[in-house]
Amino acid sequence: VTGTILSFEMGLLWPGFMGTFGAVFGLGFALEGFSFFTEAIFIGIYVYGWNRLSPRAHFLSGIPIVIAGLTGSLFVLSVNSWMNDPRGFTLHDGRVAGVEPLTALFRNGHLGFEIVHMYLAGFIVTGFLVAAAYAVGRLRGRWGRYERIALTIPLTVAALAAPVQVLVGDWAAREVARTQPTKLAALEGLGHTERGAPLHVLGWYRDGEVKFGIAVPKGLSLLAFHDPTAEVQGLDAVPPGDRPPVNVVRIAFQLMVGIGTFLAALSVWYLFARTRRRRVPSGRWFYRLLVLAGPASVVALIAGWVTTEVGRQPWVVYHVMRTTQAVTGAAGIPVGYATLAAFYACLVAAIAWILRRLARAPMATAAEPERALTPG
Amino acid sequence: MLGLHLYNLPLFFALQGVALYAILAGADFGAGIWTLLAGRGERGRRIRDHAHRSMAPVWEANHVWLIFVLVVIWTGYPAAFASMASTLAVALTAAGLGIVLRGVAYALRSGTGGGVEIRAIDAATAVGSLVAPFALAAAAGGIASRRVPVGNAAGDLWTSWLNPTSIMAGVLALLSSAYLAAVYLAADARRAGDREMAEIFRVRALVAGSVAGVAAVAGAVVVRADARWIFDRLLDAPAVFSVALSVLAGAATLLLVARRHLDTARVSAAVAVAALVGGWALAQNPVLLPGLTVPQAAAPDNVLVLLVISILAGGVILFPSLGLLFELVLRGRFSAAPSAGRGAPAATPAIGLTARIPAKRLAGACFAVGAAFLAIGESAWPHAIGVALLGASIVLGLSALAGEDARE
Repeated sequence: VTGTILSFEMGLLWPGFMGTFGAVFGLGFALEGFSFFTEAIFIGIYVYGWNRLSPRAHFLSGIPIVIAGLTGSLFVLSVNSWMNDPRGFTLHDGRVAGVEPLTALFRNGHLGFEIVHMYLAGFIVTGFLVAAAYAVGRLRGRWGRYERIALTIPLTVAALAAPVQVLVGDWAAREVARTQPTKLAALEGLGHTERGAPLHVLGWYRDGEVKFGIAVPKGLSLLAFHDPTAEVQGLDAVPPGDRPPVNVVRIAFQLMVGIGTFLAALSVWYLFARTRRRRVPSGRWFYRLLVLAGPASVVALIAGWVTTEVGRQPWVVYHVMRTTQAVTGAAGIPVGYATLAAFYACLVAAIAWILRRLARAPMATAAEPERALTPG
Repeated sequence: MLGLHLYNLPLFFALQGVALYAILAGADFGAGIWTLLAGRGERGRRIRDHAHRSMAPVWEANHVWLIFVLVVIWTGYPAAFASMASTLAVALTAAGLGIVLRGVAYALRSGTGGGVEIRAIDAATAVGSLVAPFALAAAAGGIASRRVPVGNAAGDLWTSWLNPTSIMAGVLALLSSAYLAAVYLAADARRAGDREMAEIFRVRALVAGSVAGVAAVAGAVVVRADARWIFDRLLDAPAVFSVALSVLAGAATLLLVARRHLDTARVSAAVAVAALVGGWALAQNPVLLPGLTVPQAAAPDNVLVLLVISILAGGVILFPSLGLLFELVLRGRFSAAPSAGRGAPAATPAIGLTARIPAKRLAGACFAVGAAFLAIGESAWPHAIGVALLGASIVLGLSALAGEDARE
């Protein structure tokens, strides 16, 4: 229900973008379409075949879902990475020529770190969300073998991925510093180009500098180029019309980094307990923080996308096409958008309601044998 | 004729997608329409349940054909896609919301308690099933009656899909969806051994088919008055052969349903819909939009070649998978009662201490070395090595920790 509407929206909202560049990046979506299709077919088999196929056949029917999920996100990100680092075409009078779709999609400089960053984010968000649900249960006294396994497996995956994400995030920031200096300047609120640029934590960007922030001398040069004296390009290197809305990008970035650091710290706590003490942490505070980590990881994911997408503004295709050239000429887009938002709000409410109802129902047959093993 | 040119090939595949979508999603929407007309009481409830159960496992896969059509057109014919999507924005938004509503109903229906909740969800299903096929066919009617000009939202947002030809196309789509669904649901019920449902839907198929036939004749009069260009081309060679095939197959389906040859009727009903799509394509060819022919709209040749290769390669994966899904559904594997628990899974043997420690140490070592490569490396290769080592550290860590049942 999201994939269909998404492919509609591409044409409904961005006809200028699709009409001009459809030939360059469309192939990525065509390949993604097949991944999505395969996923839909095997989800049908997996869900409706539960307890009706043999356990082996049922397990095997899950494997194509995993592969299609990986390839699908690869192809979608190939399009996004091309928008950030466009190549594989030339533009003459608003028409593309010399189109090389494979170069455009798979040989651009952003695909590598975007895909690694996003895959890890997927494991982290899913892991913390599932674990958070069982952490709530533990705080309320539901703690059998079933709950313990349901908490530790997703949490282990997320806890192993979260520290790696810190390193990958650093890599991504260094690549952005190199290829999209204006985006980096917006992330950090750096008004003027300077050597040994400081890093600001928190604060608000106004009149070319960060107010009320905590400054770390030479921190930005060190982080972005791993060299404390490196020159970092400021927002003043491009005309005001070519700069993204700094505070939106900067707050989203700080939110992502802050939550990411929190998740990594929580992960180290968990991994330390598991490897050194051979136990899951027993204190209530660990589980309280774990409950927080679930929704926080979703916020970090969305903040990350805001960072990269709003940070690319005013361009939809970096330094090639402005967002204003891509958008539809149709009237009443705010009305259509509001309709869609209201519709999805109802959808979220309905899903929350159905999940609560399912949670109240007795555990399905598949889980019962396991529960029986651990009375209480 | 649809000549065998490279620029026609992706369109040819897209049209097959349109035909499959009209058949499969048409049957799905039709099933939704029948839940609206199921009537009250116990019998009505059983009709709604049959319509729901029969479509649930294939719903999502059926609707992906639409995504296939969209991506092929936007890659192969970007200028045409942008013009259509922007002018027909209102119709396509309505269709999209209708499809989502239909999907949400599937997701929610399994968890409802019954009574008022089920009725609310069935109402949502019915609204989605009426809006989506109408809006999509009305959009097609707008293209066929030359109301979608080239350009960013260059046509009228409302009259492009609310005009005599579009409304006629929308009504016909609703009727033929109901007809298709009744044929399919009757055949499904007979396979499942449910004589009562088979008979109920057989009668509904006969009624819907007859009404659709009358509406098609009335529709032809409307199109002749409103969009003479497409009307003349529909009745000219080569389109007329496809249209005639559609009429014959539609009539043959009525006859087969009347004589209870339900499985054969499934096929002839599908042929009727596919031939109508084919007739429309032949009548329009080579004009996509006024002033824009297929070769003018087509992407560069190398893009088309890659697109066709992707479609063929995708088809190699897709069709066996779809075959498996439909076979499982048609053989009734998904409608059987769930088998009782197959016994507790064997306890996972705890991984020995000796095997565990090296995995943990190795995971730590991979993490440290990978971190160094990623942080210090200045080019693609050290970064790739770093990422691979960090990935290995996650897998090793998982194998060391997930196997043991952690105690508190």
